[in-house]
Amino acid sequence: MKPPRFRYLRAGSVDGAVQALADNPDARILAGGQSLIAMMNLRLVRPACLIDINRVPDLGYIREEGDGVAIGALARHNEVKHSELVRARCPLLTEAYESIAHHTVRNRGTLGGNLCHADPSSETPAVMIAVGATLVLQSVGGTRAVGAEDFFLGTYETAARQDEMLVEIRLPGRGADGWAFAEISNRHGDFAIAVIATTLSLENGRCAAARVVASGVGEHAARLVPAEQALVGGPVDETRLDAAAAAAAGAVDPHSDSHADAAYRRDAVAALTRRTVRRAAERCG
Amino acid sequence: MAQVSVSFTVNGREVTATVDPRTLLVHFLREELKLTGTHVGCDTSQCGACTVHLDGRPAKSCALLAVQLEGCAITTIEGVAGADGMHPMQSAFKEHHGLQCGFCTPGMVMMGIDIASRHDAPSEETIRSELEGNLCRCTGYHNIVRSIAAGAQSMRG
Repeated sequence: MKPPRFRYLRAGSVDGAVQALADNPDARILAGGQSLIAMMNLRLVRPACLIDINRVPDLGYIREEGDGVAIGALARHNEVKHSELVRARCPLLTEAYESIAHHTVRNRGTLGGNLCHADPSSETPAVMIAVGATLVLQSVGGTRAVGAEDFFLGTYETAARQDEMLVEIRLPGRGADGWAFAEISNRHGDFAIAVIATTLSLENGRCAAARVVASGVGEHAARLVPAEQALVGGPVDETRLDAAAAAAAGAVDPHSDSHADAAYRRDAVAALTRRTVRRAAERCG
Repeated sequence: MAQVSVSFTVNGREVTATVDPRTLLVHFLREELKLTGTHVGCDTSQCGACTVHLDGRPAKSCALLAVQLEGCAITTIEGVAGADGMHPMQSAFKEHHGLQCGFCTPGMVMMGIDIASRHDAPSEETIRSELEGNLCRCTGYHNIVRSIAAGAQSMRG
């Protein structure tokens, strides 16, 4: 047996799942399982109880919500990747999916599970922060909405309490005019060495607002505010691209590992910032 | 730990079992059903040697618990051949020498069938891209890609 022992509970509804979370303080939600079961196989995690939500009906939706999109906790990566609604209203996420995992894993893995797993090199948290997504958490006490920027707290650590389940991801409508995603990894679909997701708006040729978000270079995805500040207020020209790239590199404190050392990661952040800001500006208007 | 009862089909046959919840599908297939064609490579959903079809779509059976499959339909490499012989994708692997040691082959064939079902006349580039989740440690990809291209053509008939 590869995974450690656990109790298995099959939830039939969201209410049932959050009640089970309340009743079992040592439990984890099992969605697609593409990270969780692998980590259990390696015995890196040992949840005493798994609450399987795969049988909860009507939780895999992707639907219009005002100008934006609401995505249920069980929507599989491939469904989000190929959703025309997501492509129309949140093309940054569609673009990011070109770099996320591979087909077989995307068949089973869920966007919600991926966000809750909060891998520090994951692409989706950067996208969620860049577009200003909201994550809806439910417990027996009710629901609350948490902005993506406040959701990722550390490596495998989120703002979701032990008794809370992520039930919905809300993507806003097209706020920013321009967007771009870029990643460096050793192999396509593999863990990222560095990720940058950028959204940007221009007014009269000047940058009115920008979000430059990094993943893979810290404990969790985070905005690179100095890079954003270097962009806002002026045209996106070579001078500003240089300034934003330098500010981005200075704003991260990356780690070294067998895939890349800290200096390489910092250079990658600068290069990807330059690349995504340029492309996002080109896509404006 | 409490055992859990589960019923699903494997290659069209009804299976009902009482299992330890931590039993991975791949171990259930190999050890309970003695269907040893599905291989265990990495156990961490990377190598694709354990690829089966879950309700018609490829899935890694090392990242699925048997108890999760209530009511599902699983197809393994043992289930793809017809009464009249090998599946066209299997024949293509034989014809084009799409295997060396054979360890990755069941997963490659299962993925090849899925690639052929989703792409009309898949190009070499498409096949190589789609094989991202299936590793061959003999690095014999060249003939695997040729086999899948030929198998896809045979499947179109």
